[in-house]
Amino acid sequence: MPGKTYVQATINGEHTDFLCEPRQSLLEVLRDVIGLTGTKEGCNDGNCGACTIILDGRIVTPCLVLAVEAEGKEMTTIEGIANGSTLHPIQQSFLENAALQCGICTPGFIVATKALLDENPNPTEYEIRFWLANNLCRCTGYDKIIRAVQDAATTMQEAKA
Amino acid sequence: MTTTAYEPNMVLVNETFDVVGTRPIRHDGADKVTGRALYGADFDTAGLLHGKILRSPHAHARIKSIDTSKAEALPGVLAIVTAKDLPTTKAGVIVDFGEGNMELKYLRDNILASDKALYKGHAIAAVAASSPHVAEEAAALIDVQYEVLEPVLTAPEGMKEGAPLVHEDLKTEELGEKTDKSSNLASHFRHTKGDLDQGFQEADIVVEREFNTVTVHQGYIEPHPATALWNQDGRLHIWCSTQGAFVVRDSCAQILDIPVSQIRVVPMEIGGGFGGKINVYLEPVAALLSKKTGHAVKIVMSRADCFEGTGPTPGSYVKVKIGAKNDGTITAAHAYLAYEAGAYPGSPVGAGGMCVFSAYDIDNVVIDGYDVVVNKPKTAAYRAPGAPNAAFATEQVVDELANKLGMDPIDLRLKNAAKEGTRRADGPVFPRIGCVEVLEAMKSHPHYSAPLEGPNRGRGVSIGFWFNIGLASSCSISVNDDGTINLVEGSTDIGGTRASIAMQAAEVLGIAAEDVRPSVADTDSVGYTAVTGGSRTTFATGWAAYEAAQDVKRQMIERAATVWEVDADSVEFDKGAFKSKTDPELSMSFKDLAGRLSSTGGPIVGRAAVNPQGAGGSFAGNIVDVEVDPETGKVEVLRFTAVQDVGKAIHPSYVEGQMQGGSAQGIGWALNEEYYMGEQGQMTNTSLLDYRMPTSLDLPMIDTVIVEVANPGHPFGVRGVGEANIIPPTPAIANAIHSATGLRLERLPMNPGAVTEAGWKQRK
Repeated sequence: MPGKTYVQATINGEHTDFLCEPRQSLLEVLRDVIGLTGTKEGCNDGNCGACTIILDGRIVTPCLVLAVEAEGKEMTTIEGIANGSTLHPIQQSFLENAALQCGICTPGFIVATKALLDENPNPTEYEIRFWLANNLCRCTGYDKIIRAVQDAATTMQEAKA
Repeated sequence: MTTTAYEPNMVLVNETFDVVGTRPIRHDGADKVTGRALYGADFDTAGLLHGKILRSPHAHARIKSIDTSKAEALPGVLAIVTAKDLPTTKAGVIVDFGEGNMELKYLRDNILASDKALYKGHAIAAVAASSPHVAEEAAALIDVQYEVLEPVLTAPEGMKEGAPLVHEDLKTEELGEKTDKSSNLASHFRHTKGDLDQGFQEADIVVEREFNTVTVHQGYIEPHPATALWNQDGRLHIWCSTQGAFVVRDSCAQILDIPVSQIRVVPMEIGGGFGGKINVYLEPVAALLSKKTGHAVKIVMSRADCFEGTGPTPGSYVKVKIGAKNDGTITAAHAYLAYEAGAYPGSPVGAGGMCVFSAYDIDNVVIDGYDVVVNKPKTAAYRAPGAPNAAFATEQVVDELANKLGMDPIDLRLKNAAKEGTRRADGPVFPRIGCVEVLEAMKSHPHYSAPLEGPNRGRGVSIGFWFNIGLASSCSISVNDDGTINLVEGSTDIGGTRASIAMQAAEVLGIAAEDVRPSVADTDSVGYTAVTGGSRTTFATGWAAYEAAQDVKRQMIERAATVWEVDADSVEFDKGAFKSKTDPELSMSFKDLAGRLSSTGGPIVGRAAVNPQGAGGSFAGNIVDVEVDPETGKVEVLRFTAVQDVGKAIHPSYVEGQMQGGSAQGIGWALNEEYYMGEQGQMTNTSLLDYRMPTSLDLPMIDTVIVEVANPGHPFGVRGVGEANIIPPTPAIANAIHSATGLRLERLPMNPGAVTEAGWKQRK
């Protein structure tokens, strides 16, 4: 068995280091080595988006990233979205709009939405649907998720104004 | 019932309450938007080992030998199990899942194959190792020798004389009688009402068509996880994501041949199920591996394992013939339903037979149902299991009748709609139901009268029925001295039922929904509670919460009487306050009295166990606009309206969510989803890229109309909402495609290839 590699990265603003095998995905390390289980595994091949995180400003599915590739990178996971003891407006909007049922896809949707609104604070319905098309939800039919994103965008715009 | 100005989501309210019918934030919400909620795969414990299951690469093969020696020699491997490690089972034992059941010998054989692999993905052996990677490597080192046999893959093929036999010892049950005929036909049932021949003679017009559907999967985003610890004291602990903790307990007790009291099942949060997380797959295997190693063992399925090694819903062949008079009165209907059971008997054809014509009041009916074993995974429940296959046929034939009679398709349905007193062909007489109200809400919806402009566009409608179920539920409530309550229940929360259950208790006690702390307990800590399925949770577990709250109320009234030194009969509870009927000075809020419990006699705990019989059926209807690309055959859903009678919407947002989610699954089933099978019975699209479920970009907003025709069999009128909504989408979309193109699509999915091919056939 190959030896383990020492990796240093920044996760949710904190300097983090870990040992991993070269074959371990970033998803596996986040969940099983570091213990950040809020990032969910739905397919392990990049098609469901449940494990979506922000890596150096871009959304990625860490099931398709090797953990050793995280060296020197900055990551935001679902555990890094809330503002201390207050929910992020996106999280609050998902709750108020009942935009989740089972909740397994929710962390991925919230992280992807964060990246969307960082880049495009006032997206159209089509832009939201296009951006979130890599995140599968089987419970909601997306209707309430789209509305939650629209509401969150409005709230965040108003907070800025 | 009339609708007012258009809103995307409308509620046609029948009765208002203080808490019931409002939209509080769900109690488990913060945990679920922060990633803190713990699902099955998130479970960890000291000394945890990881398991991997080796699955059959063949759809049908005799297992000649299994050599595990190389795998055992791999460093890090601690145990390997095969079917030989399972206790032998008694014949004839039936294991009931609440929604479906299975003979124990088949259930055991599905956990680990004994002499034959009956489908690609059938579990053959399992490994426990120090890491998931080592377990996977070890599983690949297990040497299984197979004698490959010819597979049989569809119900019509399976029923043919001379077809390869899935089970050599399976004898057909013909109309309730066991025959000595060896066949893949497990059973044939028939429901009759009136005189079919006479009914067709009375008809002025008869339409008959044949339809085929293919295997589809529930597609929950969370793959099955299970961890088992067979402790050194003999007790087995299981942490899993399941729709029924007690079903897992009882199934494992039967399969492992140990008393139920030796098993504790801890239901973790569940990432979707839709019926597919009722049966056990991993739990008994993890238990065996734990027993061999003395450690907890966790197994998590891959996505391909989910497709190939769990229970999808069946492909089917359905023939429907309906006759009507020129005025639209339906005089006769015959259905021939042949469903794939998968590798063991027990397709949902029985439920298909209960639903195929149940939206209609028809005097002369025959329904024939055939349950056929094939070399595919054993089917499991999927949202109104069996009903969509039947409705895809019935609702297209009814649409064609309307076209030929020159009638509005909703008017034709209204003319023949089932109502209170209608007897279904399978026996039951309908109590108060909302079929007519749903059709009327569809007809008066602005969508139905909106102009549909542009070429290649069409509009379709349809309706569907699901009976819903009751079954046992338990609940206990303890009163906190700050005036809140803790509510313990046994229904796993798959989509907001903590809220819908808590709200029913809050309504009784005159407190806010936020003043209830609901929790889902393990099987040691709450009374028996049946599966989260059959649209029963808000109905039955909600009723248990209602009764437990009534128990609390009774005890609180007695306590108020003690405090005031009056007779309990003279105390009443109204709008959150205890009051003396005689002395207006004597009044105490729920919160005030709660704060005085410890000084007036001690804590109060309410409890209830119910087994309600009054489940009320639900009707769901759709209006759908589509555009069909004439070049590629691709169908785009432009507008979609879902209407459903739910009895009473406890939390309307989550009721709308169920209707929207069921509609989306129905749209996926209609247009894209299928197990694409190779000739040797291998599913060739086992990823979520190739098994194409709807994405956000594929769907429009899904408008809803909640119709409330109260179920007389529930304190708040709840019927349940989870399932009926998946029934109408496939035929409504087919009818819309017909309206756009003139083409009748007789098979699912109606993907670009199918639509294009139907166009070629028409042009010939």
